[in-house]
Amino acid sequence: AREGSRPVPGDGAGPPAPERVLFPPTFSVSEIKNKQRRHFMFLRWKQQQRKEKLALKKKRKKEREALGDKAPPKAIPKTIENQRVYDETTVDPNDEEVAFDEATDEFAPYFNRQTVPKILITTSDRPRGRTVRFCEQLATVIPNSHVYYRRGLALKRIIPQCIARDFTDLIVINEDRKIPNGLVLSHLPDGPTAHFRMSSVRLRKEIKRKGKEPTEHVPEVILNNFTTRLGHSIGRMFAALFPHDPQFIGRQVATFHNQRDYIFFRFHRYIFKSEKKVGIQELGPRFTLKLRSLQKGTFDSKFGEYEWIHKRREMDTSRRKFHL
Amino acid sequence: GRCYLYMKTIERAAFPRRLWERVLLNKNYEKALEEIDENLIYWPRFIRHKCKQRFTKITQYLIRIRKLTLKRQRKLVPLRRKIERRENRREEKALVAAQLDSAIEKELLERLKQDTYGDIYNFPIHAFDKALQQQDAESESDSEAEGEEDDEEEEDVAKREFVEAEDSELSDFEDMDKLETSSEEEQEEEEEVEKKASHSKSKGKTPLKGPARRKRPYIEIEYEEETEPSTKSKAA
Repeated sequence: AREGSRPVPGDGAGPPAPERVLFPPTFSVSEIKNKQRRHFMFLRWKQQQRKEKLALKKKRKKEREALGDKAPPKAIPKTIENQRVYDETTVDPNDEEVAFDEATDEFAPYFNRQTVPKILITTSDRPRGRTVRFCEQLATVIPNSHVYYRRGLALKRIIPQCIARDFTDLIVINEDRKIPNGLVLSHLPDGPTAHFRMSSVRLRKEIKRKGKEPTEHVPEVILNNFTTRLGHSIGRMFAALFPHDPQFIGRQVATFHNQRDYIFFRFHRYIFKSEKKVGIQELGPRFTLKLRSLQKGTFDSKFGEYEWIHKRREMDTSRRKFHL
Repeated sequence: GRCYLYMKTIERAAFPRRLWERVLLNKNYEKALEEIDENLIYWPRFIRHKCKQRFTKITQYLIRIRKLTLKRQRKLVPLRRKIERRENRREEKALVAAQLDSAIEKELLERLKQDTYGDIYNFPIHAFDKALQQQDAESESDSEAEGEEDDEEEEDVAKREFVEAEDSELSDFEDMDKLETSSEEEQEEEEEVEKKASHSKSKGKTPLKGPARRKRPYIEIEYEEETEPSTKSKAA
């Protein structure tokens, strides 16, 4: 039964929507059997909703202006970061236990400046062009790193050789269908191994408005947003890749920024134009990582002791819970 | 990986259960071939030949299987489309939420304020003044103590950079050189202005683009062009 106040929806566009459409109280848009008409009525309903929302906003704005100084402060919009489920393992900067742990874990020799990082970068078998180029660029970004091709060698046999030759870290870039998609970062003398999923890899030539090549200077390192214990240990892993004393003349900075469990890597050159302004120019590859697992010892997929594995069913249930 | 020889005869076609007769072949390849020969003795030559060919192929692939299992095996993990899509979408949103450029810039400015760079840049004077204004007498003495330490570092750093500027006449960092040399000459505001003009002018290619290309630099250039002839005449 159609009410007189509602104009008949004709074919296609129909008459323009009136200012106010009165729907009978028991009417619901989804009950119309005809798809065209139903779609039309739904659009009209949506328009109405939008109008009401706009009117509400305007009213609120007017009220704010009318009140002037007495207006209540603006409400902070809710973001995912605001609503994040509080993680119990968040690191407090003054936490003694954490400080003690850090003084005695595997990175202590690095942070006490006893060891100089030396890094081996390799790929999975038969790397394709993109992966090879990415490895080379990564080697220019990380100082004191060497790229070796893996010709079918087992990782378990490479690792003792690396330790013998004084390497401190091993990076394996896994490849799938000619693009790099995984990263295994292993701290060598018996250190933790982290397995990441790598996505959106951009080589230097694909970056717009990039600068010249990264030079040989030691870059600075920025680690953002690694708050939990797990995040802290991963952050230290990344920091251990770079030598301790950055050369400020080089004005290069490597950034690992963690946002919602995604770690974004960027490499920039900065210049201070004034004390309040800095310009940055991106050079070097960029990629994002997502932690999949963290293992206590060196790379061992079967018998290793896993400190943390990403379990999809348990950990991906809440949109506001992050682990790094 | 043992091989059997199966034979069937038409007499047993009525009894499917007993149709195939099975003979276990020897492990040794040549002896197995002889066994095939003696079992299929009255069969046509062609069939015997084909049977032996098939046996050869089977043994070869069995050998290959055994070799491969000793090597590392690739474990194929299937991609789950829904999950891949979900992760890509979340990554994009995280990227937008991260606001990387501004985060990096903030961090760098923080480090500048906290004097991690020593005195490579001559801005710290302003920061130093501000710090002095904001803090009390007690903290002023503290900052003076720190300033002394910084001075020592500054000397080392300044010395190091001075030497480098002499050595490397053609360095990549034209900007940096100009900053250094100009900062070492004088530290007046005119000098800063001139330096800014020179280094913004020297960047013919404007390598700093993107977030760095804001409206302010253009305004600065205009202003400095007006004053530059006067400073140049002074120098000359």
